[in-house]
Amino acid sequence: MTGQANAGRPNQLLRNLNSKIASIPMILTAVVIFLGGTLWTVFYSFTNSKLLPRLSFVGFDQYERLWAAPRWVISIQNLAVYGIFSLIFSLLIGFVLAALMDQKIRFENTFRTIFLYPFALSFIVTGLVWQWILNPEFGVQSVVRSLGWTSFAFDPLYNPSIVIYGILIAALWQGTGLVMCLMLAGLRGIDEDIWKAARVDGIPMWRTYVQIIIPMMRPVFITTLVIIASGIVRVYDLVVAQTSGGPGIASEVPAKYVYDYMFQAQNLGQGFAASTMMLITVAIIIVPWAYLEFGGRKRG
Amino acid sequence: MKLRILAAVLAAGVSFSFGPANAAELEVTHWWTSGGEAAAVAELAKAFDATGNKWIDGAIAGSGGTARPIMVSRITGGDPMAATQFNHGRQAEELVQSGLMRDLTDIATKEGWKDIIKPSSLLDSCTIDGKIYCAPVNIHSWQWLWLSNAAFKTAGVEVPKNWDEFVAAAPALEKAGIVPLAVGGQPWQSAGAFDVLMVAIAGKDVFNKVFGDKDEDVAAGPEIAKVFKAADDARKMAKGSNVQDWNQATNLVITGKAGGQIMGDWAQGEFQLAGQKAGTDYTCLPGLGVNEIISTGGDAFYFPLLKDEEKSKAQEVLASTLISPTTQVAFNLKKGSLPVRGDVDLAAANDCMKKGLEILAKGNVIQGTDQLLSADSQKQKEDLFSEFFANASMTPEDAQKRFADIIGSAD
Repeated sequence: MTGQANAGRPNQLLRNLNSKIASIPMILTAVVIFLGGTLWTVFYSFTNSKLLPRLSFVGFDQYERLWAAPRWVISIQNLAVYGIFSLIFSLLIGFVLAALMDQKIRFENTFRTIFLYPFALSFIVTGLVWQWILNPEFGVQSVVRSLGWTSFAFDPLYNPSIVIYGILIAALWQGTGLVMCLMLAGLRGIDEDIWKAARVDGIPMWRTYVQIIIPMMRPVFITTLVIIASGIVRVYDLVVAQTSGGPGIASEVPAKYVYDYMFQAQNLGQGFAASTMMLITVAIIIVPWAYLEFGGRKRG
Repeated sequence: MKLRILAAVLAAGVSFSFGPANAAELEVTHWWTSGGEAAAVAELAKAFDATGNKWIDGAIAGSGGTARPIMVSRITGGDPMAATQFNHGRQAEELVQSGLMRDLTDIATKEGWKDIIKPSSLLDSCTIDGKIYCAPVNIHSWQWLWLSNAAFKTAGVEVPKNWDEFVAAAPALEKAGIVPLAVGGQPWQSAGAFDVLMVAIAGKDVFNKVFGDKDEDVAAGPEIAKVFKAADDARKMAKGSNVQDWNQATNLVITGKAGGQIMGDWAQGEFQLAGQKAGTDYTCLPGLGVNEIISTGGDAFYFPLLKDEEKSKAQEVLASTLISPTTQVAFNLKKGSLPVRGDVDLAAANDCMKKGLEILAKGNVIQGTDQLLSADSQKQKEDLFSEFFANASMTPEDAQKRFADIIGSAD
């Protein structure tokens, strides 16, 4: 009714009414489930809830215990190592593969399929496959030894100091195919004329990539970065399938700590504290970046 | 869907006309999925079906650690099953306290569970605030050392009779290319092995002081230091057993690739399945041959509170079926565990089970750590010992300090 009355100047609330109605379910999901669930979790992380949530506050006790637990500290270290290396290598390998694919090679479709195929497998399957490949009695080590090099030793999954790299290998094998495809799409989006112009100016190929093409592919890089980063923080199933956190607690990750303490140890408070810490870690990375990314654009 | 409803209506009609009036279908969840375990559960189902009711099997694969969260979330989420397995003790404590579980006191008094269930600590673990909430079905003990006779023959040494002899025989085994002690990578295995060492080396009183009274000073004291010394030996002997699951570790012993394994009596089912004979193919040493004491943890069934009256009535029938002498014998023979009542005859039991029964009759028992410690403390202990066994640079002294902290903060 109001809309009709003010026909001359449409009500702000009723503009694009259809799209607003259509987005209500998602808004509700975001507010109630994501935001509500997050606040509830943070709130209850200050209680001593065991199997069931209960309102008896203990201040920062859960956080003190969390940071005193060697397993949590190791989990954080592992996540840092895994995160940094998987970010660097999946971008690097993905981009190099995409650049090679972009050289108008033969059988491009075949190669693309081969590289992307691992991504079709779940982390559980990937983990199991690599558990066997890296098993010293059945996998790489035994193959090399059977070829005659009997002193060859390669058992990352059974060596506490390098086990996280064994997991990293599997993650890269699974994930770089997708990064390659995204990068390839970005490369295909670059105008042919830019290449021609660079060639006319006599700029070497690698410089064209580094100084012209990559800066032009910024949106693609940001999309890829978000996809990789979210995969890093939530890494769980790969570890469970490959090592179950072993040997000992050498390959534990934060998400596994949260699950184990919430459900196996029946200690919700401790699990909530751990997941809140994960949220804070993500926020520390995301907030400044989002501020630079979106805040900057408004000014400009 | 329609067909299923039709079938249900037909079935209901049939049972109305021919079956007893109180027939009900009860869903029972458990995590018994290995070969021997499934055969044992089938005995329970058979016995319950014979009462005119129907057992709907709800097996959850992936051992207790996976199954318990599913069970708990079903009960707290308002979709309870009719009965569910837990290790009795403290796993279901909070569910009982928040009134989600059914009180079995009436049927327990009527059938005199207090007098027939031996040892009485089993029923004590089911009792919260003077009321009984679960029906124990078996006794599983942790304190066993399983040895491969073939492995010792290959190494050219006598089969040891106790832990010290076993440690002394380790170098000979290693020389023959045999891993002396098989320990799987799952955290509960190393934590459990430590508890076993504690009973064997420090004795029953220290065990009770540490886990029963949660005495931090004893946990930090010289007695436990000796246990950590033994655990240090154990982890050195376990080097090279690159397996995860407990039954893979048992399999190393069965095939003679490992000298021995510290594991509960459920390992016996694996030896049986492989066709091995106690005494000739493998040797069992309760209490590691040092202190013949066994713990009396085990499995029990809990009954969530249901609205359906018919099903509630059937729950009582199930509870009394589980405790009945015939079910106890049939079930425990298949499972390799000991019955919860002393008045049944287990003539078909093998040598190792008979040793266990003897110790039980003498009353040399302790409570299991599941009964004494909360799941939270157990998990912290698992974290500590899986790290200790995997990380050779962690000294026994450091580990003991952390152990004492866990005991000090245990609830």
